[in-house]
Order: sequence, then structure tokens, then C-alpha cells
Amino acid sequence: MKITQGTFSFLPDLTDEQIRAQIDYCLRNGWALNVEFTDDPHPRNTYWEMWGLPMFDLKDAAGVMLEVNACRKAYPNHYVKVNAYDSTKGRETVAISFIVNRPKKEPGFGLVRQEAPGRTIRYTIHSYATDKPEGDRY
Amino acid sequence: MNEKPTDTLDRAQTPASREDTPIDLEAAFRDANVQEVLDKLDRELVGLKPVKARIREVAALLLVDRVRKGFDLTAGTPSLHMSFTGNPGTGKTTVAVRMAEILHRLGYVRKGHLVAVTRDDLVGQYIGHTAPKTKEVLKRAMGGVLFIDEAYYLYRAENERDYGQESIEILLQVMENQRDDLVVILAGYRDRMEKFFQSNPGMASRIAHHIDFPDYSLDELIEIGGLMLARDQYRFSPDAVAVFRDYLVRRMNLPHFANARSVRNALDRCRMRQAVRLFDGVRSNMTVKDLVTVTPADILASRVFKDGTLDMDKPPPRGA
Repeated sequence: MKITQGTFSFLPDLTDEQIRAQIDYCLRNGWALNVEFTDDPHPRNTYWEMWGLPMFDLKDAAGVMLEVNACRKAYPNHYVKVNAYDSTKGRETVAISFIVNRPKKEPGFGLVRQEAPGRTIRYTIHSYATDKPEGDRY
Repeated sequence: MNEKPTDTLDRAQTPASREDTPIDLEAAFRDANVQEVLDKLDRELVGLKPVKARIREVAALLLVDRVRKGFDLTAGTPSLHMSFTGNPGTGKTTVAVRMAEILHRLGYVRKGHLVAVTRDDLVGQYIGHTAPKTKEVLKRAMGGVLFIDEAYYLYRAENERDYGQESIEILLQVMENQRDDLVVILAGYRDRMEKFFQSNPGMASRIAHHIDFPDYSLDELIEIGGLMLARDQYRFSPDAVAVFRDYLVRRMNLPHFANARSVRNALDRCRMRQAVRLFDGVRSNMTVKDLVTVTPADILASRVFKDGTLDMDKPPPRGA
């Protein structure tokens, strides 16, 4: 099951050329970029690991691509995303966030039912990948 | 521009039918707006003949490459890492800024900005600090030109464990693998740069262009002084030029003479003295002419004339 999230979740995976163009767009707007990765695909997992430090004052996408590729090389089977932070007063938030790398096989999620008092059933989802310990999931 | 190089190169590897396609190098030259930058270089930078000749060569190579690309004649991306050597104040940084602009117009670098750094910006203070620091600078410079001033400080022969070596290794790797993304210019004094290259053969072999900045002659320094004043909307009074020449002759024999930078500083002090003269003198009957004119008195008040020493309390470590 293909996980989608972030700015271009409705599109097929971006090519390197397209990623570069998006990064250039971010830099033109003066946003700071960073690269994050994780192997926990749960949609509520907002705490991804940071790859290096955020990048400020860059002029060209080549610098960010350098880090994206370094992260892909170190974690070829993790999810990797690029975030752009807009520090403009009034925004001060992530302006763009999109996935640039994903595991080759994504096993998807199972539905988990929990019996609660009074014949209530609580539902949640559980990623098959997270059955294995962190680092061995994909 | 000469059309010959393209012509002969064409013949070497293209089928006969295409060989005779007329090539409008002139138009390509105009489109890139390179002439404008070269003219500006000529106008604003006095002297520096060998430097200008070299920049012209680089511009010609890139332009011909670009035209060749239009005919699907592939050529490997030329390595454009450079080293600028010369005494202080000979215009290395200024030329680097222009170089970035020229490379941008010719499409060799994508953004054309200049990131000027020294050892402090590249080398960290503890283990593991250097690599991220150097990489951050490199990332910032991508798409433009990285100018490393006094690059020989990166390598400290007397200390094997100096972190500078780590920085050099990262630089080398990026200079080799990402030639399309940035151009590195190393700058510094001639003799020390030579020693630096001797102890870092890897660096020497990756730098294709060594450009030497000659010292300015007396006449060139005076011309530079005139240009600097004109830029700030000042001018010498007619008899002040001769006095300024006299000043420069004396100043050149004093220690820490830094070519154009010394001229700049001397003129700044002249302006200060001029301001004091106007402030203390008769304040009526002043005209705009008084405001823009530097007179011999402003120059003659320098300590260089009075007791043959520099115009400051203590001599600076270098430059003046």
C-alpha cells in the first residue's frame, strides 16, 4: 500500500527533476529546508528523524539534493521527506512537505479491534511494518 | 572574438554535410551579454592586463562550448576552479565577484552569487565539527562561486591533526564530483599559495586556472584613486594630483603597502581631513565646489609627509 502524505500526496512520486524544481521554488521564496526520514509509516507519526541540520541561506537546489541523496543512500528503505519552513511573520510553519523516498515494499496497515466496556468496539490501524523492531522494518 | 577555434574543432568530428553550417558566434556573444561585463571590467578595474586576458579566455571557451552544444558537439564540462594569487589590494575579491557574474551569464553556474569565506568558516573547533561546517558552506555556495580567501591557512604543515586537512578533503571531493554545481576560487599571497599547492598536490591538480594579480604601477594607483573619488562624488583639485602622486611614492616605500586598499584608506582619511578643514574654517561663502574638492592641504596633512610614518597610532598586522 503506497503511503501518501504532504503537499503532493495526490500525485505519483516526483522525479529528481521535479524535486529539484520544487526545492528551487522553496529557495526562491526564502524558505529554510530540511530533510527527515523514518521507518514508522503511521500517519500520526509526526516525529521523523532529522537528517543533518536544517539548511539556511541556500541559493541553489543542488545543496539540498546533496543531502537528499546522502539520506537516500544511508536509508534506501526508509521514508524520506523534504520540509520547507516559512519563517515569515504570520506564517512560521512548514510551507511544503513532500516524500522523496519510500521503501520498495510497503506492507500497509491492518485494522485492529479493541473490546471496550459495554460491547463497544474501538478501531485503530496498525502498520505491519512496525511488527519488526526499528531499523529492520523494510 | 575569433571564429577559427570552432571551425577547426567542428571538422575534427562531424560529418562533412554539417561542417559548413555558418556559425554566428557574434550573435551568441551578444546574447550572453558578456561584452557588457567585460567592458565594465575594463572600465572599472585599472590595469590587471594578464587577469583580463585570462577572463577573456575563459569567457571565450565557455561561449564556444555553448555554441558547440547547440550543434550536439559534446564536450566535457571544463573544470573552472581557479586560484587567484597576488599581493593584498590587487583586486582579487573584486574580480571574483565579476567572475561569478560572467560565469552566470554564460550559463556555467546557475545562480551566479559569490560566497566569500576564510578558514574560520570552513574549519571547526573540535572533532566532528569541521565536516558539517564545510558542507554547509559548500551547500550555500552551490549554484555560484565559492571564494576562499587566504586558502593556505586551511593547511597547517606543523600540525598533523589540524582539522583543516579534513576540510580540504571535503572540498576536493565536491570540486571533483560537483563541477556543475559550483566553482571554487582560492585566493592568497603568491608565495604562500605556491607552498600550499606543493603540500596539497590533489588541490593543485584540480585547479585548472592559476591567475596572477600583478602589483599596480604608480600611474595605475593614481588612476584608481581618481576613480574611487569619482565614485564617491569627490574630485582632486588640479594641484592635488601631483601631491597625491608624491604621497603614493612615499607610501609605497613604507611597510604594509596594500595597493588599491591603501589608496582607499588614504582617500578616506583625506575626506576626513577635508571635512575637518571645512568644519573649522570659514563657514561662509562655501560652495558645492568646496564640498567635492580634495585639496593638497588635505593630503599633505598626512603623517607620511610629516615624519614618514603611517597614519595610525600602531601599525596594523597587515594591509593598511
